[in-house]
Amino acid sequence: MAKLHVSTTINGEPQEFLCDAEQSMLDVLRGPLGLTGSKEGCGSGDCGACTITVNGRIVCSCLMLAAEAEGQEIGTIEGMAKGETLHPLQQKFLEQAALQCGICTPGVLMAAKSLLERNPNPTEHDVRFWLAGNLCRCTGYDKIIRAVMDTAADMRGAAR
Amino acid sequence: MSTKESTGANDNKWIGQRTIRPDGADKVTGRAAYAADTTMPGMIWGKVLRSPHPHAKIKSINTKKAEAHPGVKAVITAKDIVDFPLDKSVMLGIQDMRWMCRNVMAREKALFAGHPVAAVAATTEKIAAEACKLIEVEYEVLPFVIDVEEAMKPGAPVLHDFVKFEGKPSNISGTLEHKLGDVDAGFAKADVVIERTFRTQPVHQGYIEPHACLVSVSDGKATIWSSSQGQFMVRAMCAYLTGIPQNDIRAIPAEIGGGFGGKTIIYLEPLALVLAKKTGRPVKMVMTRTEVFHASGPTSGSYSKIKIGAMKDGTLVAARGTFCLQAGAFPGSPIRGAAGCAFAPYNIPNVYSEGFDVVSNRSKVAAYRAPGAPIGAYGVECVMDEIAEALKMDPLQLRLKNAARMGTKAAHGPVFPRIGFVETIEEAAKHAHYKTPLPKPKDGKVYGRGVASGFWFNAGGESSAQVNINEDGTVVVITGHPDIGGSRASTANITAEILGIDYKKVSVLIGDTSVIGFSNLTGGSRVTYASAMVVTQSTENVITILKERAAKIWKIDPEAVVWENGEARPAGANAGKFEPLSLGQIAAQASATGGPIGAGKQLNTTGAEGGFATHLCDVEVDVALGIVRVLRYTSFQDVGRAIHPSYVEGQMQGGAAQGIGWALSEEYIFDKNGKLDNPSFLDYRMPVSSDLPMLDSVIIEVPNPKHPQGVRGVGEVPLVPPLGAVSNAIYNALGRRFYSLPMSPPKVLATLDLPQAAE
Repeated sequence: MAKLHVSTTINGEPQEFLCDAEQSMLDVLRGPLGLTGSKEGCGSGDCGACTITVNGRIVCSCLMLAAEAEGQEIGTIEGMAKGETLHPLQQKFLEQAALQCGICTPGVLMAAKSLLERNPNPTEHDVRFWLAGNLCRCTGYDKIIRAVMDTAADMRGAAR
Repeated sequence: MSTKESTGANDNKWIGQRTIRPDGADKVTGRAAYAADTTMPGMIWGKVLRSPHPHAKIKSINTKKAEAHPGVKAVITAKDIVDFPLDKSVMLGIQDMRWMCRNVMAREKALFAGHPVAAVAATTEKIAAEACKLIEVEYEVLPFVIDVEEAMKPGAPVLHDFVKFEGKPSNISGTLEHKLGDVDAGFAKADVVIERTFRTQPVHQGYIEPHACLVSVSDGKATIWSSSQGQFMVRAMCAYLTGIPQNDIRAIPAEIGGGFGGKTIIYLEPLALVLAKKTGRPVKMVMTRTEVFHASGPTSGSYSKIKIGAMKDGTLVAARGTFCLQAGAFPGSPIRGAAGCAFAPYNIPNVYSEGFDVVSNRSKVAAYRAPGAPIGAYGVECVMDEIAEALKMDPLQLRLKNAARMGTKAAHGPVFPRIGFVETIEEAAKHAHYKTPLPKPKDGKVYGRGVASGFWFNAGGESSAQVNINEDGTVVVITGHPDIGGSRASTANITAEILGIDYKKVSVLIGDTSVIGFSNLTGGSRVTYASAMVVTQSTENVITILKERAAKIWKIDPEAVVWENGEARPAGANAGKFEPLSLGQIAAQASATGGPIGAGKQLNTTGAEGGFATHLCDVEVDVALGIVRVLRYTSFQDVGRAIHPSYVEGQMQGGAAQGIGWALSEEYIFDKNGKLDNPSFLDYRMPVSSDLPMLDSVIIEVPNPKHPQGVRGVGEVPLVPPLGAVSNAIYNALGRRFYSLPMSPPKVLATLDLPQAAE
């Protein structure tokens, strides 16, 4: 079958690609587009390592067909820092050692960013349930939850 | 999250600081290259055909249709892998090549559902997967056995005819025993004796990154990029299994997305290597999550029997333990960890501890964080809880009374040097967590608190490091250990400390097998311990050179130069009057004073000494639903010296979380056909963030006298106590004991439905 032509926007830049009808967004990101920051931990939407945003909503890119990106705004971990300037969440994760092996980190950061955009003052309960779709096997989540809450506090302070 | 002040003097500038890890920015921006992220021009894909049967003789394999499939470049089977005859053991570390060659590709028999039978390389991953389905395998299906107790019974299907126990073919492939004193005489003195049996299910390491590799072969020389806990292990095993000499294999450690022991062996690398050699194309292979669950090593399921005797005052007088561990398809379950660590926290004069290594039709066991020790501690810590109850003693006081200390002889051999186990119990006893009253039962929920302790051996072993001073006075350190959880930061802290320079001036790289000397696995809680030793000695040698160079510039005796705060200075007034020379100033003159400055050290490190921890756990049990939630958790661990406290806490928290999963929700479930029924993260239920509370970690520093910075291994001990701590908390909540894991809702409800007297 002929490949599908898709026009989309990735991290604010126009992007075109060809894909098979059954190909996942994750495969296209990691393959032809070379955006390997999104990781495949399960391929079934259970681990969240492939989390991206589609029009600002978090999505497991392994569960999204690449063809569905047509006309949408896609955000990936590669678009989170502005040049050399890290997003406050990225900076806080480094300062508070909220990562060990780092494989879940891109997905966790994408999900956490999406949370803070919706809820600048999340409780621990809010953060734990928002991130429940992002598996981390190294940290026990403690430092991740703290880093997200501390970033939220910093960002609220900065916004004041 | 709290860190107790060091019990030793600490005037360090960098050691003990929460520095930002050198590889951090790459990991939060998605730039870090893990094994599956790498590609090469001309690259093709490999896929594995796996046995659907847990036990079957392979009568024939016909690959013709697959080979003829458009896009297929090569098909391999066991005949393409070096055969190691069954009658002669060839060991590499704890792995026997006889088993490894048969584990990466089934030879005579398929021994578990998921066992590789053939592999295909094709132009796309999809074509490779299609071609696998065209391979015709004729199986003679055999009866199978998975459960460890079933596998030990007379008449059980035997996996390997050559494995004999007491002269007869058996699935018991190995035994081990530790003896101390006279255990029968000890029990005769006891006022209280409690004996219980315990069962655990296999649990997977659960790293989020599936196994992956990319292999290129050119002119007979192979380059392997892969996710592993040791590039030298990858090189050596691939050399054995392919016959290519080690000098023609370069193994490059990609960033690793978790291992926990599960990446201390290889699965895909030799297959990709053979396929790359056959096709002349780089071959990439990535496991699916399902493949990871089916075919990579979980740890053992187990059946154990624990008996402990105590006198009225709480003095332990005798202990006996029998630990039967499920090895999976090939021998090698961690009976040493179970039988050796189980009683090690306690000063018990009479101990008999034995282990049975039992093969069964399940994927081959791989190491999992303190292999075997959590299984051993689970039963022992639960029986300790019962003894405390029988004697009406506080469970921490019972442990404190019997705690191993300096001079205690452990049943597995050593006499302990200065250790910090007592401190972990004392800190737990006076911690706010232990003093805070539990909530009263309410709305169908009951509450309980449990304590447990644990021990792990820790390991030293071979490490290599090279420390080079750059022309501008900055520093590059190369070690041979994949950084699985922040070890580069520890290495940089140590180097900066010794040299007396800014942390940011130190870069830490992980060398591949062609650029750094042999370094054993990232495992055994050994990386920071052993790296610190070789990095310390390398850096000290560099300082000797720097002093010589300063002496040369000043035209004085090198003995008259000291190194302080990153500068060479004259040792005193008699040495002469010279302005100090900074590292940068000496580096700038390196060529004129004798050439480049750098030094390396290679050691087989010893003196790792054991690690101890005590954990406190509070649970809430929903009596109607059988759901157990951990409400509060605090770990107390003697880490010797925390080089980077954040990553030490991270190990303590991560181990606790894995232990909570093991205790409450994780298990391999096999269907009636012997196939794993829950090979996904949805059905194999690891803790998610909403399952857990904050995991408090109290670092206790009783420096290891045998280490330059006082380091003890940290990473594995945290998984040893949680199974007991959670179990004892549930008992405290419900008044019912569970003797098998996981304590998942169906099991909790079933136990609650039992009449009390039936226990």
